[in-house]
This record gives sequence, structure tokens and C-alpha cells, in this order.
Amino acid sequence: MRCSGRRIDREDNGFSEADMAITLTEAAANQVRKFLDNRGKGVGLRLGVRTSGCSGMAYVIEFADEIEDDDQVFEAHGVKVIVNPKSLLYLDGTELDFGREGLNEGFKFNNPNVKDECGCGESFNI
Amino acid sequence: MALLQISEPGQSTAPHEHRLAAGIDLGTTNSLVATVRSGQADTLPDASGRHLLPSVVHYRSGEDPRVGEEAWSGASGDPMNTIISVKRLMGRGVADVTAKDAHLPYEFLQGKPGMPLLRTAGGDVSPVEISAEILRTLKARAEESLGGELEGVVVTVPAYFDEAQRQATKDAGRLAGLNVMRLLNEPTAAAVAYGLDHAAEGVVAIYDLGGGTFDISILRLNKGVFEVMATGGDSALGGDDMDRVIAAWIREQAGIGEDVDPMLMRRLLHDARAAKETLTDQDEVSLRVSLTGAEEWTGTLTRERFDQLIGSLVEKTLSPCRRALRDAGLRSRDVSEIVMVGGSTRVPLVREQVSRFFGRELLVDIDPDKVVAIGAAIQADILAGNRSDDEMLLLDVIPLSLGLETMGGLVEKIIPRNTTIPVARAQEFTTFKDGQTAMSLHVVQGERDRVSDCRSLARFELQGIPPMTAGAARIRVSFQVDADGLLNVEAQEQVSGVQSSIEVKPSYGLTDPEIEAMLKDSMDHAQDDMNARRLREHQVEADRVLEALSSALAEDGDRLLTDEERAVVDEAARVLAQTRQGSDYRAIKRAQEQVEQASADFVARRMDASIRKAMAGHRIEDFE
Repeated sequence: MRCSGRRIDREDNGFSEADMAITLTEAAANQVRKFLDNRGKGVGLRLGVRTSGCSGMAYVIEFADEIEDDDQVFEAHGVKVIVNPKSLLYLDGTELDFGREGLNEGFKFNNPNVKDECGCGESFNI
Repeated sequence: MALLQISEPGQSTAPHEHRLAAGIDLGTTNSLVATVRSGQADTLPDASGRHLLPSVVHYRSGEDPRVGEEAWSGASGDPMNTIISVKRLMGRGVADVTAKDAHLPYEFLQGKPGMPLLRTAGGDVSPVEISAEILRTLKARAEESLGGELEGVVVTVPAYFDEAQRQATKDAGRLAGLNVMRLLNEPTAAAVAYGLDHAAEGVVAIYDLGGGTFDISILRLNKGVFEVMATGGDSALGGDDMDRVIAAWIREQAGIGEDVDPMLMRRLLHDARAAKETLTDQDEVSLRVSLTGAEEWTGTLTRERFDQLIGSLVEKTLSPCRRALRDAGLRSRDVSEIVMVGGSTRVPLVREQVSRFFGRELLVDIDPDKVVAIGAAIQADILAGNRSDDEMLLLDVIPLSLGLETMGGLVEKIIPRNTTIPVARAQEFTTFKDGQTAMSLHVVQGERDRVSDCRSLARFELQGIPPMTAGAARIRVSFQVDADGLLNVEAQEQVSGVQSSIEVKPSYGLTDPEIEAMLKDSMDHAQDDMNARRLREHQVEADRVLEALSSALAEDGDRLLTDEERAVVDEAARVLAQTRQGSDYRAIKRAQEQVEQASADFVARRMDASIRKAMAGHRIEDFE
């Protein structure tokens, strides 16, 4: 696995969990709320990362039906954002946006931890 | 930067492995494409924000054809090369098309057996190719919107489409470079859009009033499967007719004679349509029509007057509803949900009348223009594997029975209508004549008992059957229908193993009686069918007896019969052969009994002779 050994130790990194945050733009929050309403169930939005893809790590963006014990929960514009602690290390400071490019539309991660992305932006390295 | 969508819990895909899927409503007047993004199914607009793509293709010499709005605007002066309503031509034979649609301006060429070709400035094109142009445009729109190639699509077809029309639709998809995962009945798609497939059971009516066609379908949901119980409708009734009555009213009010020039008529129709749309949520609309020169007419159309004008049109949709319920053996109160489909169901009077007819609230929350495409998108999303496993896979059913022609032009049904697909059924047949080495198989579809009243789908031959006495060969014929409703027929002789098969790539219909008419016919003609079947069965039986007698006479007649005896048998056989030509099955039965009586001694002597032959050289003990 390309990312093994890169795990960042929380204490060494100088952060405490309380300082960490993930935000949604208003546009993103409105869309998430709409999709959740339409789906008819779910407690919020789960964001995460996992190892795969052409450039190391890939984003996960899913509906959340439950909150695990370890999960960190943030709230932005009335939407709950749920992240597990491991993913949070890679996502801290991220702002999730919703936008359009031509006919295409969808969510975008503005992640300050990213050093480089693959051309497509679906996976990244930190 | 890629734009991401929200997945279901645990269903995230690896980067670059998104399973993009779309649903396509390939309509007579308009077509749409829809997809599920972040769990929400919606139709996709083009760059100008238009969701509906007019199902119009304009062919030009030396250039790519134009599709949709562009085809319309550029082509009003070129009707011969502007193909509209191509769906009406799908899977039909040229004789059938020209006879029924004498008003079509297109020039038809006789193409491959039965398949019509249209002569256009861009070359000769088939309905399949024309539909493929529409699908190609929708594919491009979807791929641009989703940022990737489509993995697969679900295309909707009317519930009454037969195998030939379904195959033609699937071919159009393939030609457009699409992986058509499944064809889905339009009413089923509409029911899926409302999530009605999640209910345990119930009867659903789909009332679909479009621009130029009206369809009513009664579906029964049973263990997650929608059965089509009855369909009906009017292929020449829709919102365009409402526009015409309003235009006629404006013309009268404005004091214009009936002889209107086409340009003014087009303007009147345009204004009429706008007025109709305004009256959906307003009680009156003011009209201003510029006439010749500086003249102008102004007036007001109230909802009340509008309702009077279109009253009979709306009423006309209710008799097919009544008939469909009767065919399904149901009363209106047995229907638990009514789904409204098609732009014309926005008209308040339509909703009011339909609601009164069924005595229920209607399902109208989803845009009636988009509801079919949305249902198809949901199904496509499931088939592409983007949903968790507990989402049930929706099954479909065979719309009309599939069978085989047997002796005497009768139909043996192998797979009855409303069987869920995929399905495989087999039946054994045998030879009719001694030493018969080939068997011709004729695959038909329909509800009637006689082949001539059903639709012919395919013919093929099983050759190389080893010579045997009549009835000894065992030929197993299996019908297989895949998830798209496409048929594969295989015949195998069980002793020798010789086999032959055919995929129903139908000849695109030689005669194409409307499927709904076929269904209705089968009920109206039940008694006729029974009589015809009885007659044919007796004729076939008479032929079998005569055939067996003549081969027995050829073998042993001279040896076992005196001339007098032979004359009696011959006379009885002659009478039977003659009676068999008539249509009185009782007379045939009597004549056959005469033959059996006259030849009884002969048969007995043959039996004795063959027993003697078998016993020759043996002692009695050998047989004990």
C-alpha cells in the first residue's frame, strides 16, 4: 500500500481533535439537504478517504445512516458532516463545495492538505 | 477537478470506476434522458436548459443529420427530409406502414424483407437508424453531464410493443453505441418513479396522455413484479387535438373563414398551445392574434369555455379506460393508485375527470413529462450495481403469448402472456408422417388460436431427423426469453441429437395488427376460435387416418383384401377425404368413424399377420 507509513500521529502533528474542522459551502449544504430529503432517510453526510486510485488516496462521499462511536460530527448550515478520526487527519480544514462545469455538476473537495492530485482530481497525495 | 456525487453507504466506487447509467424515454413526440446522482433521479437538460428533446431528425445532403429543436426550426420548409414520430414506424413492415399512415409525407423504399426504408436527402434510412440518431444525441448529453462514458442504459417502450418493435428499439440503442441493459415498459417505469414497486401488492393504472397519443395501462404488482393486465388507448388522441379545437375556436371568434393559409394556421396553433398552458393555473387568458395586414383580433378564453371545448376529447380517453378495466376483469375501485403521465395530464379538466372516473386522488407530484425517464433511470442505477443488494430487481413480463404453429395452422402456446422474464419453457413435438426427416418451425406471438390471426415472428427448419414412423420422433422445442424480452428458440431431436435454433431477429413485421386490437380480438373471437380449433383438429386427425390407411393399403391391401372389400374401404376413404374439405367438424368425425369401421377387418388381419410373423419360428413357451 503506497500510503502506509504516512499515517500522521495526532499528538506529533500538534493538533487536538477539537481544533479540527470540516466545512460545507452554503451551496453544498443546500444540495446535501435536498438529496437527504429526497432519499427520505439518513442522519447526514459521511466524508472520508481510503487508499486506492491512481495517486494514493481517494475521497469517499456517502449518505450516513448511523454515527459510529469514534466518529467526529461537524455541523455546517444545518447539515451534519460525519468523519471517522483516521480520515479526519487527511481532510482537516477541507471545505466541500458544490459546482457546475458545463452540463456536469457535483461536489468538490477543497482540501488544504493535498500536495498533488492525479489529473482527474479523484485521488490525491498529502 | 472531478465533480463527485454522494453514494449510498458502503457503495463508493474506486476513482475512474463509476458505473454511470441512464434511463431513456424514447417518445413519439419528445425524448428524455435521466440519471441518478447523489441518490436523486432527475432528467438532464441540454446546454440551453431544455429537458425535452423533440423526437425529430432532419436529414441534409452531405451533412450530419440535425436532431431535436434544431431539426424543427431548420426544417419547417422541408417536410420530406424531416422525420417526426418515427416511433410509430418502429418494427413495422412497409406494407403495414403505408396502408395505415397514408398521410405520412415520406417516400418509402422496400428494404430488407418487410423493413421500410425512407428516402431522404441524407440517404436511405431505416426507422432504427433514425431512432439511433435521437439516442446518440441523448447519449452525448448524458456523458457530458456525467463527465464519463455511460456503462449502460434502460430504454422504455410501450407495454403493447411486440417482439419486433422491442428488437428494433434495442437495435437502435446498439447502433447509437449504447449498452441497452434492459427495455422497460413505459407504464412500469412510471410506477417505479413513484416507488410503487416497494408496495407489497396492488393494482396500478397508468394514464398517459401525450401530445399525439393516449395510453391506459392496468398493472398488477405481485411480489415485486408488475404484470400488464390490460392496455388500451387511442394512437391519435392527445394535447395536439386540444390545440386544434382552441385554434378553431379562435378562428371562429376572429371571423376568419375555414380556408386559412398555413402560416396563419401555424400561428393560431402556437397561440392555442400557449393559451392551453396558461389555463393550467389561471382562470382565463387574453388572446391577441394579428391577422392579415394591420388587422388584429383580441379576446379572452376562460377556463370554463376551454373545458367545454375539450370536454369531448377528455371524455374520449375514458372509454379506453373502461375497456381496459373490463379486459382486466376489474372495477375502478379495485385500482389502488393512478399515475398520471404525459404533458397533457397537466390540464385541470383531465385531472378532474380521471380522478372522478377512478374515484381517487391521482399521483401527480412528479413532472408528467419526466416520470417515465425517471423510472428508467432508477432501474438503470439498480442494474448498473449502484444500489445496495436489498433493492429488489424489478422483473417484467411477456406482453403477449409466444407459441409455435402446429399442424393445421393452429397455435400451441409455449409461454403464456404475463409470464415473468427471464424464462425458459420447453415442449415436445413429434413427426406427422412416416419417414419425415425435416420439421418446419414457425414461431408466432398472440392470443388467438389460429396462426393467421397471430403475429409471425420467425420460421426455421430442423433437418436431419432420422426416418421413423410417424409419432416416434421426439423433438424438444425450447423457448428462452432473456431479461429484455428477446426470444431464442431451439429445436432438438432427442434420439439423434440433431438441433437447430433461431434468435428472433424478426423480419420487422409482415402484417402488424395492433397488439391491443389483437388482445381485444382474442376475447371477442373466443367462440370462433374454439370452433376453428375444433374443425382444424378434426381435419388434422382425418388426414392422419387417411395417411396411415393409404400406407397400410399400399403395403398389405392386395394381400389381405378381396376386391370387394377393398372397394368398400376405398369408398369410405374417398368420402372422408371429401368431407374433410368442408367445414362441418361433425360430418368429418362421422366420415372418419365410417373409415375406421370399414377398415376394421383389414386392420385386424394386418395385426394377425404381423403377430404370426413375429411368432414364426418360436414356440408358445417363448412368449410366456
